Amino acid sequence: MVSLVVNGISRSIDVEPDMPLLWALRDTLALTGTKYGCGIAQCGACIVHVDGQPVRACVTPVSAAVGKRVTTIEGLSATGDHPVQKAWMEVDVPQCGFCQPGQIMSAAALLAAKPSPTDADIDTAMSGNICRCGTYQRIRAAIHRAAVLGKGGRS
Amino acid sequence: MKTPLSRRTLLKGSLAVGAGLTIGVPLAGRAPRAGAQGSGVFAPNQWLKIDRDGVVTMVNSVPEMGQGSLTTTAMIIADELDTSLDKMKIEQAPANPALYANPVTKSQSYGGSRGVRDHIEMWRKSAAAAREMLKQAAANEWGVPVESVDTEPDTVIHKPSGRRLAYGQLVDKAQQLPVPQNPKLKTPDQFRYIGKMVKRRDTPEKVTGKAIYGMDVQLPGMLVASIERCPVIGGKAKSFDATATKGIKGVKDVVQVSNGVAVVADTFWAALKGRRALKVQWDEGALAQVSTPLINQEYERLSKQPGQVARNDGDAQKALAAGGHVVEAVYQVPFLEHACMEPMNATAQVTPEQCTIWAPTQSPGGAQATGARLTGLPPAKVVVHTTLLGGGFGRRGNQDFVIDAVEVAKTTKGVPVKVMWTREDDITHGFYRPATYNVFRAALDANGVPTAWLTRVVAPGLRIQRGMTKAGDVDEAAVEALRNMPYDIPNLRIEFTNKDYGIPLGFWRSVGASQNGFIVEGFVDELAHAAKKDPVEFRRALLGKSPRHKAVLELVAQKANWGAPLPAGHALGCAVVYSYESYAATVAEVSVARDGAVRVHRLVCGIDAGLAVNPEQVKAQMEGGAVYALTAVYYGRITVDKGRVQQSNFHDYKMLRINEMPVVEVHILDSGNKVGGLGEPGVPTVAPAVCNAIYAATGKRIRQLPIDTGLLKRA
Repeated sequence: MVSLVVNGISRSIDVEPDMPLLWALRDTLALTGTKYGCGIAQCGACIVHVDGQPVRACVTPVSAAVGKRVTTIEGLSATGDHPVQKAWMEVDVPQCGFCQPGQIMSAAALLAAKPSPTDADIDTAMSGNICRCGTYQRIRAAIHRAAVLGKGGRS
Repeated sequence: MKTPLSRRTLLKGSLAVGAGLTIGVPLAGRAPRAGAQGSGVFAPNQWLKIDRDGVVTMVNSVPEMGQGSLTTTAMIIADELDTSLDKMKIEQAPANPALYANPVTKSQSYGGSRGVRDHIEMWRKSAAAAREMLKQAAANEWGVPVESVDTEPDTVIHKPSGRRLAYGQLVDKAQQLPVPQNPKLKTPDQFRYIGKMVKRRDTPEKVTGKAIYGMDVQLPGMLVASIERCPVIGGKAKSFDATATKGIKGVKDVVQVSNGVAVVADTFWAALKGRRALKVQWDEGALAQVSTPLINQEYERLSKQPGQVARNDGDAQKALAAGGHVVEAVYQVPFLEHACMEPMNATAQVTPEQCTIWAPTQSPGGAQATGARLTGLPPAKVVVHTTLLGGGFGRRGNQDFVIDAVEVAKTTKGVPVKVMWTREDDITHGFYRPATYNVFRAALDANGVPTAWLTRVVAPGLRIQRGMTKAGDVDEAAVEALRNMPYDIPNLRIEFTNKDYGIPLGFWRSVGASQNGFIVEGFVDELAHAAKKDPVEFRRALLGKSPRHKAVLELVAQKANWGAPLPAGHALGCAVVYSYESYAATVAEVSVARDGAVRVHRLVCGIDAGLAVNPEQVKAQMEGGAVYALTAVYYGRITVDKGRVQQSNFHDYKMLRINEMPVVEVHILDSGNKVGGLGEPGVPTVAPAVCNAIYAATGKRIRQLPIDTGLLKRA
């Protein structure tokens, strides 16, 4: 058994300790907002926060998250009103939307660390997240907007 | 065998949420006279229904793959019905080609940027008919002529008397009326939504993780499988040893299927570990002899021989032989994989009575036919739930991932099973944009005016391979945006030679225009420079018979300040391409570093798609097309070694990232013409505009994609 705190709730799950956190979240805890895109830490679709830091769940063994706070897109805010989520809605960022949970978790971590990021900060923090629909320009605009809306998100 | 779970339970348990739509609830079919008594529902056709509470529910037939169909379809219906868009409910259509097939292609399969352009007239008429019936029902109720009543959103009104009836109050009466066959449509000045900036309806679910993609389908008791596939494309499993696999915790079964050997487990992780422990003997098949250098050599050899004639105006060979200033070039593009962000997957449940498929598919009709073929059940017993798609781009019109799910589900005794691909499976077992080899020869007269043009394409015919074009005919996809090039040249000849080694080919965003836009607009640019003319002016002079090309090119030239001074080292390039009933043009602003690295600073894009139904989503599609194209310009290349695709994941099949993203400006030219496509037309102009700008900056011509920055390096 592995014990985790996910979105503020303690969960005990019967999985192998080497199982990536991604699959524990998706297949065992039915938290499917966190996506699988590459499995090798290249695309960022699986980004969650572990103790507030952005982490690629596809290459993080579930054992590494024991005793830490895991936050997924489902737990970023209670009602979808995190400044990043609000900004994403204002700017109408998503197209297919599949990469967006990872983008949003990266952006929320960036804003928590740098409440008023520059374009260069955004490039650095967000270049680990791939979007095939090409929403990058809107992501950039939405991060600047989220900075105005909330002066940084917390998770 | 008994179904362990009813479909209703499954739906309630899993798919009631997701991007504001419920999945696959069938509606009453179209009836000339709606007729059902006392049902409390007004359902004049298969596209919409209204209940006594006034709740309007519409059916979206076009899968939502990011293009915004859930929003745009709703806008069109809401406008003609005169209802409030934000209150409207949306259901995703079940597989039922009799009701929901695309009226142009006659198939319930979606690609070719056909969502709005093929359906808008039918949707408008269907909703307008419903509105007329509601008006008639109210007029009858009040005993007034129908001409004296009008509507406000969700309400019929009689202005002279001030009387009002909500749509919900009229459903039973309206349901009894005949459906008008030629209802009066709104005029553009009456549109409440069409042509306006409308926010996407699916955004709230997509930013909270609630949106359900194929990969997210969860059903009680569901198993997860992953298939070990032959490293050589087309190879088959001869035999396998699953001893070690079966010892892995969570692995339930190992079964051979058409596309390899499936490991069935309780989680994807267990299935993946099972795959790693599997020992499979493969029959590699014919492609084991095929490698990229061999393909390229053969293309080159064949390019020296005449091909089949795809277009022949005047006598290009004679005009070329007559001399003048002859310009020659060879352009090459590689195979490309779609790389949808959501790797391929599908879920199926097979019982003796029914086959149920949950799939992120561009082809619900194809999925139904696949289910029927593989189970022997009649199509009516194959229920398809189309989930959201994590990208489509043409990839998800194929049936391979549906075949996987149904075949594995046939072995799981009624238990639903989700078959998940890895990213590596996805890139190494795709349906690739064809690699092509293209020879150009043109002649300019003393005034720099082109008198002759010859293009010879050597490529595998995508439509021929897929059985959509007769072998021996010219493949329409191979000469798309080439055979119909707009430039007025008296002697013009296009030839095509089909050379297909059997690498699976597919429709990749903008299909043949994805490479032919690049090669035609690149070579036209070469002619402009050979003629010592400005590239925009050179094109304009040849576009006398193509006013819409000319207008959109002029628009982007003006918006980009073509000809005005630029920052040091920056240069502009342009391109204009017609595809999918839309006219697109791009001006790219580029600089090239000393080490050859190309920086695209700005793309100024113009689009004439007739009528822009949702301008914000028109812009989004153009931005997306630009990024898709730029990825191919910088990185896209699939190569094959002894039948094995050599790229496998995003580390070696790279994608454009945010730090490489140029500013993309989109300018819409609403020409008032028939609605054109939008998913694809943003792609074809980008590669040529960028490469033409590179030439303007460096004097070096890029004739092969992706860009080899080594060619651009300065000492």
